[in-house]
Amino acid sequence: MTQKLKDATIPTIPIGARIQRWIGRNLIRIYAIFAFTYLFIPVAYTFAFSFNDSGKSNLIWKGFTLGNWQNPCGAPEVCSALGNSIKIGFLATFFATILGTMIAFAIGRHKFRGRSTSNLLIFLPMATPEIVMGASLLSLFLVFKINPGFWPTVIAHIVFCISFVVVTVKARIASLDPRLEQAAMDLYANEFETFRRVTLPLVAPGIAGAALLAFSLSFDDFIITNFNSGTLTTFPKFIYVSAARGIPAQANVIGSAMFFLALTLVIVGQLVNRRKVR
Amino acid sequence: MVKASIEARGDLRLTRLTKTYGDFTAVDDLSLTIPKGSFFALLGPSGCGKTTTLRMIAGLEEPTAGSIHLGETDITTTKPYQRPINTVFQNYALFPHLTIFENIAFGLRRRGQKDVKEAVEKVLNLVELPHLAQRKPTQLSGGQQQRIALARAIVNRPALLLLDEPLGALDLKLRRQMQIELKWIQKEVGLTFVHVTHDQEEAMTMADTIAVMNEGQIEQMGSPADLYDNPETAYVANFLGQSNLIKGTISGNDGDSLIVDLYGQKISLPKNRSHAIDNSTYAGIRPEKFRISLLNTETRGNVLTGGHIEDVSYIGVSTQYQVEMPWGQELMVFEQNDDGVAPFNKGDAVNISWEPTFTFALRGDEDVTAGSQIEPEVLDEE
Repeated sequence: MTQKLKDATIPTIPIGARIQRWIGRNLIRIYAIFAFTYLFIPVAYTFAFSFNDSGKSNLIWKGFTLGNWQNPCGAPEVCSALGNSIKIGFLATFFATILGTMIAFAIGRHKFRGRSTSNLLIFLPMATPEIVMGASLLSLFLVFKINPGFWPTVIAHIVFCISFVVVTVKARIASLDPRLEQAAMDLYANEFETFRRVTLPLVAPGIAGAALLAFSLSFDDFIITNFNSGTLTTFPKFIYVSAARGIPAQANVIGSAMFFLALTLVIVGQLVNRRKVR
Repeated sequence: MVKASIEARGDLRLTRLTKTYGDFTAVDDLSLTIPKGSFFALLGPSGCGKTTTLRMIAGLEEPTAGSIHLGETDITTTKPYQRPINTVFQNYALFPHLTIFENIAFGLRRRGQKDVKEAVEKVLNLVELPHLAQRKPTQLSGGQQQRIALARAIVNRPALLLLDEPLGALDLKLRRQMQIELKWIQKEVGLTFVHVTHDQEEAMTMADTIAVMNEGQIEQMGSPADLYDNPETAYVANFLGQSNLIKGTISGNDGDSLIVDLYGQKISLPKNRSHAIDNSTYAGIRPEKFRISLLNTETRGNVLTGGHIEDVSYIGVSTQYQVEMPWGQELMVFEQNDDGVAPFNKGDAVNISWEPTFTFALRGDEDVTAGSQIEPEVLDEE
C-alpha cells in the first residue's frame, strides 16, 4: 500500500535524460577504451602473427602454429642479431649509467665554473637529429682510422645514452632532501659512508630507471647503429633488412617475448612497491 | 686532536662566534656558555641567527670567525661526524629507506658500538614506541616520527643534543604533550639539550635558561621567570608575552626604590629592575599584574588614575580590558575571573593599581614596538 503510494509520488526520469547521464558518467571510460585499443592494436597484431605458420613471408595468415615459439632461432641470423643487440645494449648501459650518474652528481650537487654550460651541453645529444649524429660519428671514426663494427657502435650508443641517464638521475638527486645527508654526517658517518649508506640507496631507483631507459634506447636504435656498425647485424638492422623480403615470424616471437618480459617487470615492480608502502 | 674531539665532554663555550653570508651577518660576535646538563633554549624570530648558531655547533656550517669549545676541546673546525653532538632536525630527516630500528642504530653502527640491539630497544622503550621497530618512517605519524628522531639522537649519548624547532610540525595538543615529554626525557638521560625555537611558550615551558636572540646577537639571557618579570629591553618585553610600556621620567630616589613620573602621576619601582641609563625611561608592567578599581575605592601600591574602560573581552579564564589613560595611551589589563563575573563595563571611570615590585624600567630611547609584531599567534595560545 505504502509502496504503491511512493511509486506514484516519485516522478520518473525520462529515458533521454537517463541516457545522457549514463554517457556523462562513462565518457571517460569509453574514451580510455578507444585510446588503449589504438595503442595496443600493433602489439596484438605482432603477437598474433607470431603464431602464423608463414614460411618465408609473414604478411598473410596461413594457419596457427606453435613452431615459431618452440624454435625462435629458426630463421637465419635472427638470434645472432638479437645477441649482438643485447651485448651492445648491456655494454652501452653499463658505461653510460656509470658515467651519467657521476655527471649527474657533479652537476646536481656541486657548484663549479661552467656548471650551467655543462648542464646545457648534456642536452645536446638528445636534441641532435639521430641521422646527423650517426653520420658525424661515422666520419669521426673514419678520421681516426677506426672501422665501423661492434666497438664503434657501443661507443656511439654510450654517447646518446649518457644524456638520458644524466637527466633521469639528476631529477632524483634534486628531489633528495639534503638534510638526510646532513643527518648521516651528524650520526658519525663520514663522507664515504654517507654516500654509501644514505645517498646511493636513495638515488638507486633513479639509477635503475636510467639504466633501463638506456638499455631500451640502445636496443631499439637503428639510425646511429646503421652508420657505425659496418657488417655487424643488430636486431633492428635485421628487421629493417628483412622487411624488404618479408619479416620471419621468429622476429614477432622475439618482439612479443620482449614486450611480455617488460610488462612482467613493470607489474612485479608495482607489486613490490605496493607491498613496501603497506 | 681529531680523535679526541669525539670524546669531548663538558660545558659548551661559544667565543665571539660570527657567521656572514656576503653582506648579511647571520650571527654577530656571539659569546655564550651553556653549562653541562642544562636545558638551554635559543629563542627568537626566524632570521635572528638561532638556526645558524645551531648548525655551527653541529658542524654543518663553518663559522666565519670565533671558536667553539666543548669542555677544553676546540671543535671549531672538526667535521660533524667527529663531534659528540647529535641533532634532532626540524623535519626529523629520518632515513626513508631504513626501518625505524636501523634508523636508530645508524649512529651506533658507525661508531662500531657493541650491543646495538639492546641499546636500540632500550631507547625505543624510553620513547614508548617499541612496537614500531620494523616499520618504515613513512608509515609513522608526525608525533611518532618526532620521537624516533629524538631516540635516534639520544641513543648515542652525545655530550650535546641539538633540537632545531623539534615540535614545529606538530599540532598544538601534541606539541604540549611533547614539551612535557622532552623535559622529562632530558631529566631522565641527563644530557645537555640546546633547543632552538621561535615559540616563546615552548621555550618557557622546557628550558632552564633562555637566550633571546635578535639580529645575530643575544638580547638577554636568563631563566624564564627572569626574562618575563625583568626584561632588559623592549624587544624581550614584547617578544615574551605582552607588556604595557609607559613613557616617564625618573624624578627621585627612595631607599631601594626609584620614583618615576608618568605623565604627572608618581609611581615607584625597585632600583634593581631599572635598565634606564638616564632619567628618561619606559615603565613596564605586564597586563596580568594590573588591578582595576572604580574611582574612589581603596587601592594599594602604585596607582594610575583617570582611566576609562574602552573595551571588554571575556575569554573564560580571564577578562581582558583596554583602559584608555588621560594621556591617550591604551593599557591592557588581564583580570582573573576568580569571582565569576566581569565587574567592569565599557565606559567605567577607573583607577589602575599594581605592586611596585612588578614594575620594570627600560631605557627611554627604546623602540616600544620592538619584538611585538613578530609572533601574532603567540597570544591566542595564552
